[in-house]
Amino acid sequence: MRFLLVEDDLEVARFVIKGLSEAGHAVEHAPDGREGLYRATGEAFDALIVDRMLPGGIDGLTMIETLRRTGSVTPVLILSALAQVDERVRGLKAGGDDYLTKPFAFAELQARLEAILRRGHAKAVETVLRVADLELDLLSREVRRAGRRLDLLPRELRLLEYLMRHAGQVVTRTMLLEAVWDYHFDPQTNVIDVHVSRLRQKIDKGFPRPLLHTIRGAGYSLRPEP
Amino acid sequence: MPRALAIRSTVLRLAVGYAALFAGLALVLAGYIYWRTESYLARQTDRAILAATETLLERHRAGGIQALIRAIETRLADEPDEDEIIALVDGTRRIVAGNLESAPAETTLKWFELEILRKPANSTARVLRVPAGDTHGLYVGRDIQVRLDVRTVVAETLLWSVLLAFAASILIGLLARQMLARRLARISSVADRVVLGDLSPRVPLSGAGDEFDRLAADLNVMLDRLSELVDGVRQVSNAIAHDLRTPLTRLRGRLETALGGADSPARFRASAEAALQELDQVVRLFEALLRIAEIEAGHRRAAFARVDLAALAEDMVEFYQPLAEQRGLTLVADLAAAECIGDRMLLAQVVANLLDNAIKYTPPGGTVRVATAQAGTETEITVDDDGPGIPEAERDKVTRRFYRLEASRSSPGSGLGLSLVVSVAKLHGGTLDLADNAPGLKARLRLPRATV
Repeated sequence: MRFLLVEDDLEVARFVIKGLSEAGHAVEHAPDGREGLYRATGEAFDALIVDRMLPGGIDGLTMIETLRRTGSVTPVLILSALAQVDERVRGLKAGGDDYLTKPFAFAELQARLEAILRRGHAKAVETVLRVADLELDLLSREVRRAGRRLDLLPRELRLLEYLMRHAGQVVTRTMLLEAVWDYHFDPQTNVIDVHVSRLRQKIDKGFPRPLLHTIRGAGYSLRPEP
Repeated sequence: MPRALAIRSTVLRLAVGYAALFAGLALVLAGYIYWRTESYLARQTDRAILAATETLLERHRAGGIQALIRAIETRLADEPDEDEIIALVDGTRRIVAGNLESAPAETTLKWFELEILRKPANSTARVLRVPAGDTHGLYVGRDIQVRLDVRTVVAETLLWSVLLAFAASILIGLLARQMLARRLARISSVADRVVLGDLSPRVPLSGAGDEFDRLAADLNVMLDRLSELVDGVRQVSNAIAHDLRTPLTRLRGRLETALGGADSPARFRASAEAALQELDQVVRLFEALLRIAEIEAGHRRAAFARVDLAALAEDMVEFYQPLAEQRGLTLVADLAAAECIGDRMLLAQVVANLLDNAIKYTPPGGTVRVATAQAGTETEITVDDDGPGIPEAERDKVTRRFYRLEASRSSPGSGLGLSLVVSVAKLHGGTLDLADNAPGLKARLRLPRATV
């Protein structure tokens, strides 16, 4: 994958570039909005990572708005020091696909980046989701593993559906809270972990190969290999 | 000073405007009086002239020119009226009878004004010309000099009173300006001090309860609110300074330990991970503080919408159910329809904080109950438990930032949970009550009910 990072803070930029390069991606760097816009319109990228506040007249939101007006549909992840909910809404309205508040863990950035890339390549209407021998029938809302039917509560089903749709990726706790519960707040205790471990009890217990993995310092991932 | 200039121009404009209006009205009134007086006097004169003319013509009709001449002479001799003027002129424009020395030059107009020689001064007369028979012309008139003099006097008097009224209103305007400037000066001096950064002065009220007092009272309320906000900001910065130092110190310690163990990859990794966790805790604290400050500044009302509290409580109960079960607690919901106007995310955070506290502090085997209800103009959401509760003396303090009960210092938490709840309650125009649940704690959030 080829990404463009528009970020004025060189230390943050180095950190992101290093992380993404290690994950096998190519990352170009633009230090301000003007250059970011110039490169984003002139070259092809799989996704843009744009800092909200940039020097040099064109800030992140203006850059994204301008880019969208040219018809570009490249996924954009906004990085911002502004955490308020309405700032987030403003960012998404300007044309961003997701919004990540500074400071962030690299795993969170990577997980969200993967999620917005996946969104761009949404497959045609699927009625059955499959990961290894785990199956979720979206129409009948039935879950089977190795042919055996599993009983899941409605919320567990939604959690599983989200994990299966992002199979192979790392999803963070915040992503789960937003996507599965539609709330954006800070649950002081790790309530999400309890939900995930219940789900794990139902889908992994009694099977030789676990599918739902905890990724240290990041979140969870549903995939056949550990 | 620009401000003084502005006052002067405004008040003076007002004064001059009023003066002009006043003078204009006075002028209209005076004009009317003048016109009525003048036309009344004119009618009187004309009536007298017509009456005299009619009497004389009557004689002419009865006895011809000779009778007319006699009548004129008798009239002038018997009823000497200094103001009356009579002249009978024959075809050759010679005076046949009357008290004029020469025939008036006027021969076409019916009514006209005539200059007459009088002692001590010449005067003006109003004259009616009528034909008497085929050859003669009869002139009857009255000296109207007195009337003209009266007219002049009236006009002058009126003019003077208009001028006086104008001058008086300018004077009053100037006085009003002085008074206004004096009262505004009090407000400006307070504003000047506030600009310099001192939020303590307040505008003194005169006690008259007038517009200025109301303005002053409004300004004082504004200043109160402003200093409250500034105090809030100051408190937050103090809290940040004070309470972020502790986790930052721990973080620093962890990093130093990590450096010390740099030779053992496993120990280094463990220390670095612990440092990251410490850092995340600092960030969370920081965000909670900022969020409280943001809520207290009242910016969030823009995002208000109708919120179904019962549905929200149900979501939260469902969200916390697994955690409660894991801790050996029973979590029950007792939800009746309840709606309010508010910020859904903030209200969710509030319920989450209350539930989190209840689950954290209730020992295994206990029960946590969430209830919603609405009655009258209020809607409420209650979270109660049968845990240790909060001693009465401490109940007010637990809503303060960073305040933690002695007994709970060892458990995780920021000490900001309840103060966030209070801020959100205030933002929504509601309150948080903490009461004894005998045993346990009953936390009740009361909000104004959504109106249709």
